[in-house]
Amino acid sequence: MTDALLDIRGLTMDFGGLRAVDGVSLQLFPGEIVALIGPNGAGKTTLFNCITGVYRPTGGEIRVNPPKQSGRRIDGLPPHRITTLGLARTFQNIRLFNGMTALENVMLGRHCRTTTGLFGAIVPGPAARRQEQETIAASFALLEGVGLAQYADEVAGNLPYGAQRRLEIARALATTPSLLLLDEPAAGMNPQETRELDDLIVRIRDEQQVAILLIEHDMRLVMNISERIHVLEYGKLIASGTPLAIRNDPKVIEAYLGEECHA
Amino acid sequence: MQTLTRHLLHAGGLALWFMLLALPLLAVRVDTLHNVVEWRWGHLMWVGVGTFVLALLWRGLAAWRQRPTLEPGPLALTLGRLLDEPHLYRPALATVLVSALIFPWLVDTYQSSIVGLALIFVVLGLGLNITVGLAGLLDLGYIAFFAVGAYCYALLNVRFGLGFWPCLPLGGLAGAACGLLLGFPILRLRGDYLAIVTLGFGSIARIVFENWEEVTGGAQGIAGVARPGLFGLEMGLEGVTIYLYYLLLLLVAVTVFATRRLQHSRIGRAWVALREDEIACAAMGVDVARTKLSAYAFGAFWAGLVGVIFAARNTYINPNSFTFTESALVLSIVVLGGMGSLVGVVLAALVLVLLPEYLRAVAEYRMLVFGAVMVLMMILRPQGLIIARRKRYRAGAAA
Ligand SMILES: Nc1ncnc2c1ncn2[C@@H]1O[C@H](COP(=O)(O)OP(=O)(O)O)[C@@H](O)[C@H]1O
Ligand SMILES: [Mg+2]
Repeated sequence: MTDALLDIRGLTMDFGGLRAVDGVSLQLFPGEIVALIGPNGAGKTTLFNCITGVYRPTGGEIRVNPPKQSGRRIDGLPPHRITTLGLARTFQNIRLFNGMTALENVMLGRHCRTTTGLFGAIVPGPAARRQEQETIAASFALLEGVGLAQYADEVAGNLPYGAQRRLEIARALATTPSLLLLDEPAAGMNPQETRELDDLIVRIRDEQQVAILLIEHDMRLVMNISERIHVLEYGKLIASGTPLAIRNDPKVIEAYLGEECHA
Repeated sequence: MQTLTRHLLHAGGLALWFMLLALPLLAVRVDTLHNVVEWRWGHLMWVGVGTFVLALLWRGLAAWRQRPTLEPGPLALTLGRLLDEPHLYRPALATVLVSALIFPWLVDTYQSSIVGLALIFVVLGLGLNITVGLAGLLDLGYIAFFAVGAYCYALLNVRFGLGFWPCLPLGGLAGAACGLLLGFPILRLRGDYLAIVTLGFGSIARIVFENWEEVTGGAQGIAGVARPGLFGLEMGLEGVTIYLYYLLLLLVAVTVFATRRLQHSRIGRAWVALREDEIACAAMGVDVARTKLSAYAFGAFWAGLVGVIFAARNTYINPNSFTFTESALVLSIVVLGGMGSLVGVVLAALVLVLLPEYLRAVAEYRMLVFGAVMVLMMILRPQGLIIARRKRYRAGAAA
């Protein structure tokens, strides 16, 4: 096998008669930033949902090779198992725990890396206390990392839109992933925030040694930070390559960038 | 001014309309003895006045709900501040505690007894609050776990002569086990389906207790359940009542303590996250099935525990103590208290159980008052009496 962190082969997802993802194969290597682009309804989010276990794919296979662990097939595993194996995601339509504070949202991301149970919570021993302190400290650090330290005690539902997107990233990072899947992180952000997002994503990759698979419509962002780009249309991969190659690919121009121009 | 006239006109119109509707029913009475038609205008007037007042009240409330800023009212603000600041809530807590401790010595046995009953419902409310309030999992058959605890002790005591103290944890564990049992089949259910299945579970439990005569004594129930002992000490009825009161008070304290600890722990956060968004919760690495099961089981645990005390207190149990009405009462306590707020739940339990007891006059209309209180609450404070506050954590704070 390859040393790919994520190895997708012939992935297919049918919804009744609709084939939303059609025989997609792609690999992701440690520390890469890869973008997944394509027109609306192309199946990008569905692909994410298959990778993260929200949907069980109807065909093909997905493998992960997390560092220091043996590789394994993950299609069909429940979402929390996949997250525990080192894949974390954000959602296109933000799904924060709106009634909890920003800090608590991030703390929840630590859930799968901590162990305190019912009993340990009621009468915590030194180990449980230490774990809780570490969770708090790590979560504060992550909030700071995405520039949300001042919102720590604010209820997540009350945060501004751009802050909510960054909070989702911090929450996902709290699970200490080796691969981070971002579904349209710049959607709804203003140009200033989007430019800051460039730096944030690159910094996350550099500091946390995490590979990033990114769905994004903002072409400036995509061309700026991604090392490779995959283009999806009607569920099929129609092109893969460097930003430069993709920009000049006639099929892509017709399918996607062309549509952008009309829009 | 203009809006007031509009409200008045609207209420007047509504009153006329209701009077018209009620005319054949309430006003006209055919006296078949004397073959005359009797016109009872007085009745109609009452309908009119009643409708007018109610309609005005309703519109007033609706308008009040619509007011532009949804600032918390003065009462909520005071309570909120009270709960937020240690130098305010510590003395308050101490006062409540001391009054609770000396209470049975100030009043007669009857009072201690009904407050004891209220404390049972406080524990039930706190237990269900874990399942419904924190984890957001509806349970309309919660009282079944209470019944399981009660029957557990009654049977073990009457049939096998087991004492109260060994049965207390057993009852809790039996409740928790039933919580797990209920949890498994409904892991995937949500909303209406969850409501129906849990409702069904509650009914099934009762039907089993009612019809499994060889074991549960059927509708007759089980009599002669032993009261709890205290180091072999013999106590009169008064002594036992006071003893049970303190026992229940202790249990309330333990429940509050445990829930508080849990609420702000890894498990408690997972429960709340589950309530907020199940898909995101799973995507963040939380084992949703386990988390749900733990919420059902831990909620049921307290019901089983307090069920044992209930059986010991009554010395007699039968299926009639565990109907849907009781489940609904406990659920009302959680909703009224403000899903997830411990102080709210305690207050609501005391209000909903003690109010009918003290207002004997309205005891018959208990359900009616209930309904009215619930409707009013939904209008005035849909979040419940007290809004559960999120804990603030401090970076690097020593534990
Ligand atoms: N749960 C679902 N059931 C049925 N159809 C779905 C479901 N999820 C997505 N689809 C369909 O799959 C296609 C791809 O959707 P999606 O992955 O959201 O596109 P994208 O994220 O690329 O905009 C769309 O036609 C959408 O309607
Ligand atoms: Mg999408």
